[in-house]
Amino acid sequence: MAQPRTLYEKIWDAHVVSSRDDGTAILFIDRHLVHEVTSPQAFEGLRAAGRTVRRPDLTLAVPDHNLPTTPRKDANGNRLPIADPESAQQLAALEANAPAFGIRYIGATDREQGIVHVVGPEQGFSLPGTTIVCGDSHTACHGGLGALAFGIGTSEVEHVLATQTLQLKRSKTMEVRVDGTIGPGVTAKDIVLHITGVLGAAGGTGYVIEYTGDAIRALSIEGRLTVSNMAIEHGARAGLIAADDKTFDWIKGRPYAPKGADWDAAVAWWRSLATDPGAAYDKVVVIDAADIAPSVTWGTSPEDVLPITGVVPDPASFADPSKQEAAAKSLAYMGLTPGTAMTEVEVQNIFIGSCTNSRIEDLRAAAAVLKGRKKAANVKWAIVVPGSGLVKAQAEAEDLDRIFIDAGLEWREPGCSACLGMNPDKVPAGERCASTSNRNFVGRQGPGARTHLVSPAMAAAAAVTGRLTDVREMMT
Amino acid sequence: MTPVHTIHGKAYPFGQKNVDTDIIIPAHWLKTISREGLGRGAFEALRNEPGNLFDSDKYAGSPILIAGDNFGCGSSREHAAWALGDMGIKAVIAPSFSDIFSGNAFKNGLLTVVLPQEAIDRLMEVAKSDPIHVDLENQVVTTPFQDRYTFEIDPFRKHCLMNGLDEIGLTLSSADAISAYEAEVGAEKPWLIPASA
Repeated sequence: MAQPRTLYEKIWDAHVVSSRDDGTAILFIDRHLVHEVTSPQAFEGLRAAGRTVRRPDLTLAVPDHNLPTTPRKDANGNRLPIADPESAQQLAALEANAPAFGIRYIGATDREQGIVHVVGPEQGFSLPGTTIVCGDSHTACHGGLGALAFGIGTSEVEHVLATQTLQLKRSKTMEVRVDGTIGPGVTAKDIVLHITGVLGAAGGTGYVIEYTGDAIRALSIEGRLTVSNMAIEHGARAGLIAADDKTFDWIKGRPYAPKGADWDAAVAWWRSLATDPGAAYDKVVVIDAADIAPSVTWGTSPEDVLPITGVVPDPASFADPSKQEAAAKSLAYMGLTPGTAMTEVEVQNIFIGSCTNSRIEDLRAAAAVLKGRKKAANVKWAIVVPGSGLVKAQAEAEDLDRIFIDAGLEWREPGCSACLGMNPDKVPAGERCASTSNRNFVGRQGPGARTHLVSPAMAAAAAVTGRLTDVREMMT
Repeated sequence: MTPVHTIHGKAYPFGQKNVDTDIIIPAHWLKTISREGLGRGAFEALRNEPGNLFDSDKYAGSPILIAGDNFGCGSSREHAAWALGDMGIKAVIAPSFSDIFSGNAFKNGLLTVVLPQEAIDRLMEVAKSDPIHVDLENQVVTTPFQDRYTFEIDPFRKHCLMNGLDEIGLTLSSADAISAYEAEVGAEKPWLIPASA
């Protein structure tokens, strides 16, 4: 009998074009997503070397990072210009490069436009068992469908465009098993924040993680995409969740998904990729779902996670001297005093969106909390940014937009928005934001901005009370 | 790409852990469509502080950066490697690097040297007064004192760095194998790899 293999090893083996004695393989890339920030220099490199795109049919381009989330067309349906000249230049570069190299392109005013990691799965472009890359570290997201998906730099973008392959060495494997059932008010976001707190920001470095266990299995596909999305926040380049019937039902019928006999053959292959009984991981971490509370970050690394019932830690409480120093710096930046209850921390800004939490289920969870409520007076800026035009349309069909607007939140056009300081959506210096995004780094949401990472339901609860809040107290 | 053999000179005794790529180059610098000129934005927030390490007379222009664990974590932006290169850094020495950053660094001829924390602590001391020497061929970091720290590096990466090789060109020399793979998998799973247009 063949040696039992993990999901990652099966996908890896199926994509090796050739390998060298030192273990480096040329790995075939099935799907390549391209956006405007990490691609201009790659296209420039191709031009300089006189190279073409090997498989434009396996490549999909969509702008997301730079786009303002304010209306993109005027009352007559004419496209509005982008005020920032550098953003406009970067978008224009993608708009020119995609057709010049024969790549499929979803444009800024197309109904299907959205964040690349929302668009790929939504279009059926991202599929189980495939290798998926994009010049963005949150590409791990697509692993929620059972794909081997990871972020790459611009030189690698150029390499994939030119060759449809990457030169890679196999990673170590880690199983992160979440046993049991999560409690009320606890979501996929809380699971992945908790995992990041347990593993640390570098805990997964060198590994590809497979998330397993009953609590992961019980998640919807949207929830699984949220978990895999943040694999990089604990250092893992990729995070996979094995595909199952839930995955297949979710993908079936999407525009680029296989059809007819191809569909049946694809499902049979996808089923065969599940980790074999007895396959060994290089490392196993077991987490009890009962230990996971609605979670919030207090510092400037995603590993700085606390249950919402916690208090701001004292830097002296950390064993590692370098962590003590980092914690003290974080608290100074965040303007927090040790011992303060997290629920006493006031927030002036709310951001519901990003590739982590902008899918329909996220918007439903936020709307469920906000229905019939109003945002607090001290919350100056609160925006809801759907992950794609299709998510936006679905939310509007369910009247979720009315709930947000009635509660005093702004309903925006799709894009990366306030997850990172590249477009007009920024958090002012010194102010706090309860944010459903993935990074609380120094300056991430704008210079001097203070980010607290939370789930959509927790962000909605914070909007109502004007402070970080245990959403469980608002559930009936 | 310029071949890398030895790097000798002053080193920034930086030492910080979990230095993310937003610290190395903030997002508003990513709006460029060229690889050049990003050194001005490198460590922008830190360099806004008076008396910072990077602009001090003592260290400015150092070709070596000494950092803490998990250097280059966070975003995949290759701009981080370009920014360090543009500010004149040719090698970063740290106890560990994020996977994506070390790949990006390698592809731009920026050497990442992994050494244990004890070695980092010692090099941080030495860098305050003396130069540091990195020898890629012999895989060793030395100081004017008796310090000598050997490091591991992937043999293929070493070969590429020492010869300034272009990885795309190398892969394209396997174009026949890629075509064979596409034909074989495409015949079995046309939904995955359609026949090339």
